[in-house]
Amino acid sequence: MAESEKTIKLEYEVGKEEFSKAGLASSNIKKVLNQIGIDAKVVRRVAIAAYESEINIVIHSEGGKITTEISHDKIIVIAHDKGNGIENLEKAMTKGFSTASNEAREMGFGAGMGLPNMKRTSDQFSIESSKGAETRVEMIFNI
Amino acid sequence: MLLREAKEILNAEILAGEEYMEREVKAAFSCDLMSDVLAFVDDKVLLLTGLTNLQVIRTAEMLDLSNIVFVRGKKPDDEVCRLAKEKKMVLMGVRHTLFEASGLLYKNGLGAIEIEGE
Repeated sequence: MAESEKTIKLEYEVGKEEFSKAGLASSNIKKVLNQIGIDAKVVRRVAIAAYESEINIVIHSEGGKITTEISHDKIIVIAHDKGNGIENLEKAMTKGFSTASNEAREMGFGAGMGLPNMKRTSDQFSIESSKGAETRVEMIFNI
Repeated sequence: MLLREAKEILNAEILAGEEYMEREVKAAFSCDLMSDVLAFVDDKVLLLTGLTNLQVIRTAEMLDLSNIVFVRGKKPDDEVCRLAKEKKMVLMGVRHTLFEASGLLYKNGLGAIEIEGE
């Protein structure tokens, strides 16, 4: 296989309402990106997006996983949860709109900035969800 | 502003990272909303907050932000301090309110961060 075709794949399970573990996956992703020498600014953008995804899975979903694929020219982060979906995507993408629980708010989240932050930090952002279904967020970062 | 200067101005107690007090911060951001911290803050910023949970440290970690002041006399637990030490962060605790601590630092020359426009 040519050097440029090699990819590194990382996958982390994220549990529902596991507030004390939230951030572990993103911390590991950040560590790996730093170890392989990715530019610090890119690492920070990926870390922010991965962490917001992780927090979203913990706060809003029935659990899920975060997958990261690192290739020679880009990093893809996919946050995929088991539901229960987002009723109104347009509202969810609006800064300040949130449906977070009091527990999440006490931890400093639920400001309605999560999805907008993920969109802002990534080069390409896509989200698929509907009420009662799984949510899948894909973010691409150019290296 | 050096962290040791901030410590004196705030009459702060060092909770972690005593060996890093010569670090410089360029600006400060006062906030209890971690998502806003993630949205607006860069490294070399001093974060002032009333939240003391693990997610404050995780948030700081993602941003390469290493310096945190806890206000209103709040102190994080041992696990939080341990993680902060592992990440080479400085944690300080002050009795002031968020408003007062921010005001004291501002009066002594530490400015605000710039928020990018839409």
